[in-house]
Amino acid sequence: MANLTFKDFKSDQEVRWCPGCGDHAVLAALQRALPKVSQALGYEKERYVVVSGIGCSSRLPYYMDTYGFHSIHGRATAVSTGIKVANPNLTVWQACGDGDALAIGGNHFIHAIRRNIDINIILFNNQIYGLTKGQYSPTSKFGAITKTSPYGTVEHPFNPGSLVLGAKGTFFARSLDVELALNEEVMTAAALHDGCSVMEMLTNCVIFNDGAHKSISDPEVRADRTIVLRQGEKMVFGKNSDKGLVFDGRKIRAVHIGEGGYTLDDILVHDAHADNIGLQMALADMKGPDYPVALGVIRDVRDITYDDGVRDQVKEVMAKSKIHSVDELLHSGSTWEVK
Amino acid sequence: MQHKVIDLKDVVIRFAGDSGDGMQLTGSLFADMSAIYGNELSTFPDYPAEIRAPHGTVSGVSGFQVHVGSEGVETPGDFCDLLVAMNPAALKSNAKWCKPTAMILVDSDAFDQKGMAKAGFVTDDPFTELKVEDRALLIAPITTLTLESLKDSGLDQKAMLKCKNMFTLGVACYIYSRPLEYIYMYLEKKFAKKHPELIAPNKKALNDGYNYAANIQAIPNTYTIAPAKNKKPGTYRNITGNQATAWGLLAASEKSGLPLFCGSYPITPATAILEELAIHKSLGAKTLQAEDEIAGICTAIGASYAGNLGVTTTSGPGLSLKTEALGLAVMAELPLVVVDVQRGGPSTGLPTKTEQSDLNQALYGRNGECPMPVIAAHSPSNCFNAAFMAAKIALEHMTPVMLLSEGFLGNGSEPWLIPSMSDYPEIKPPFVKGALAEGERFHPFERDPETLVPKWAIPGQKGFEHRVGGLEKTHEGVLSTDPENHETMVRERAEKVARIARDLPKLEVLRGPEKGKLLVVGWGGTYGHLLNAVEEVGNVSYVHFDYINPLPSNTAEVFAGFEKILVCELNTGQFVGYLRAMLPQFDYLQYNKIQGQPFLVGELVDAIKKEI
Repeated sequence: MANLTFKDFKSDQEVRWCPGCGDHAVLAALQRALPKVSQALGYEKERYVVVSGIGCSSRLPYYMDTYGFHSIHGRATAVSTGIKVANPNLTVWQACGDGDALAIGGNHFIHAIRRNIDINIILFNNQIYGLTKGQYSPTSKFGAITKTSPYGTVEHPFNPGSLVLGAKGTFFARSLDVELALNEEVMTAAALHDGCSVMEMLTNCVIFNDGAHKSISDPEVRADRTIVLRQGEKMVFGKNSDKGLVFDGRKIRAVHIGEGGYTLDDILVHDAHADNIGLQMALADMKGPDYPVALGVIRDVRDITYDDGVRDQVKEVMAKSKIHSVDELLHSGSTWEVK
Repeated sequence: MQHKVIDLKDVVIRFAGDSGDGMQLTGSLFADMSAIYGNELSTFPDYPAEIRAPHGTVSGVSGFQVHVGSEGVETPGDFCDLLVAMNPAALKSNAKWCKPTAMILVDSDAFDQKGMAKAGFVTDDPFTELKVEDRALLIAPITTLTLESLKDSGLDQKAMLKCKNMFTLGVACYIYSRPLEYIYMYLEKKFAKKHPELIAPNKKALNDGYNYAANIQAIPNTYTIAPAKNKKPGTYRNITGNQATAWGLLAASEKSGLPLFCGSYPITPATAILEELAIHKSLGAKTLQAEDEIAGICTAIGASYAGNLGVTTTSGPGLSLKTEALGLAVMAELPLVVVDVQRGGPSTGLPTKTEQSDLNQALYGRNGECPMPVIAAHSPSNCFNAAFMAAKIALEHMTPVMLLSEGFLGNGSEPWLIPSMSDYPEIKPPFVKGALAEGERFHPFERDPETLVPKWAIPGQKGFEHRVGGLEKTHEGVLSTDPENHETMVRERAEKVARIARDLPKLEVLRGPEKGKLLVVGWGGTYGHLLNAVEEVGNVSYVHFDYINPLPSNTAEVFAGFEKILVCELNTGQFVGYLRAMLPQFDYLQYNKIQGQPFLVGELVDAIKKEI
């Protein structure tokens, strides 16, 4: 197997996202994560297929030197599903935006998660429709002022994490465009996960929603307003690592270690592999000002995948059935002779 | 009165009852039995959209018509020789289908005051009210007789009443001299595993019905219908259109060596194709019951991209939802078979009734310049060949193909001389071969100079990495908004589809002279009715289109031989409109019907005679 590097995944197409767009960082992370994944799993480059829907982020397949399918608005998840079921030897990565995956493509999104089809979905969440120049999306904050909500939206946003976990997703991770190392880390974890992996990438749109995630991404406040969750590690955060999450018997709470009687022993340990979804759901739901926003792999559990299920059933029926050719099929059941 | 056994050329029987009365099963059993006996036959289920509509009402009547004969059976028949009506509502909604010489068998137990009121009769003589009092009426207390027959069966009353249809079938078997063995076999097989206790009672009801008919002396004559004589020798089976469609797709999968992938969403009257394919995993078929119609086609497109034979099956409303994705398949130049089993429209329309009104949608229902081959099946068993050809064209020409079926074909059945797969052509998709030279890039839209078909590089092949998608691209696969490039690509995609005509069979005059006064033109499921009508009128010519886009290359040549062209179809004139656009040098006459029902041979005969 050739030793792949990020250059092997860079296509010769000019990247046309706006300067400063958060998508650049996600693309770079993917191009850096795939060589590592290939190394770990023994994958050749031609095994990768990158699928997308429509929107700024959906241009991503053109920038990857892999097989790619730039499909239609909202339908990337359905196309990915077909590719994976038809040919389980392919490794499918999908790029889609918050409008693409959660509005027009919401149905396919939840059903791919429910089926646990083995695809890797990068959900670029900039809380705005960028390619159509600035309309609110299903993740825009309540009251967001956009071109189609000049007086503020009067609708509640989705939290993609709760949506994924509500559909009993087997893998959910979240990261920030500016967290380059973390992006690569969650992408690698997603690739190693056998099942439907959703990575929510909180991205900035410099033109239509600049500062979309500034309240947590600003270097000044990031450490205090986000928490990076890692398997088996204490849920500690803060510039001085002096804050943590505890469970008070009723709900999780963010506390200062050493204050109010809380010591490091009281701080929760993250278990993304726990089958019980309750705590992971609470973590995925956290938001300011009372809580830090959870980043990293929040849930990562094993379950049967749809593509394996389909393949195994075909094998099983093939072994049992008496019909192995169309000629045999045509002569099965009631027939009669005319002489 | 002397009992006579009369030999008939053909006979039409219509079984009608409440949608829970088992009339579809009764009719199919009569058909299957006749097929095995050696008759020609054609069936037509006519059922309501509701699974169990209000009991005893006209809207809840389910009917099954079967046409059995020794020769020339191409349709389920216009009018029936025997109407079986299990209740007043069934009589009311079906009396109009009785021939003047017809016999009518009713269950008199159902004709009580309540039943008559539910069916909306205003007098207490339903036969006179429906003006069928002069038919041969066979009024039998079927409910009472069935209960009496099964009183020692150990079944409860509800289960006994479910055997009424077998009693009725027994009566029909006596009238038409049908042997009961096949039905015995069927009952034994059906109930062997789960309900062996039902085998004996059903057999007994069947037998007692037969004997009842033989004993009452109310049936002056019985009939025989001789097995078909001039049938080609070989092994036959009965097949419905939806089953044949599914099997034709499996045949194409086998011939191409590509696994079949069907992504579909349940919709009447197409669902049976998905159900049928789901059974045949032993042939490598994968079925995905999608979350919606759009996912159905998009998963199929994904599967095609990944190297399977991608298929999606639907009916009109579902096709509307798939529209955008059809454009994607055209643009990405991927093979795909889209089966539309047409039903009455627009919108939800008449879900269980037949129509040919999706032709315009099939031809034009997409944004942009978006040509797609359209082909149509013409009989239940022909769905096999049509589906095979749809897949062959899709795979060899790298294009989505629309296969139009109809509710009438999908649900209808007929005997079929089982073909041998060795008689079917190979399917050879234009796969890329070998490896690229160092530094050479694969150009996904570079075309074969003759056919304009691009090459197919299935993901997983080293060096052929490329991107497809909905945006306009150059031959090299690079995004482009260049004006000249767009026009070139639009014209090439159209020309690619047009050149498929080179591979298609020529249009043949099926009946009548090659040149003459009148040419009757049909397409799709009206084939049998038109064939019978043309034969009955005599001395007129008839062509039938299986290939609609592109049209057979000699179409204009054939049309030029006639003074008048009469296009008959089950819509307001969609095919004739297409012909007027494609071949404007000819004048066209049209005959149309939009009632959710097939043509009657009689009305076609009248329409044709008018133009002579």
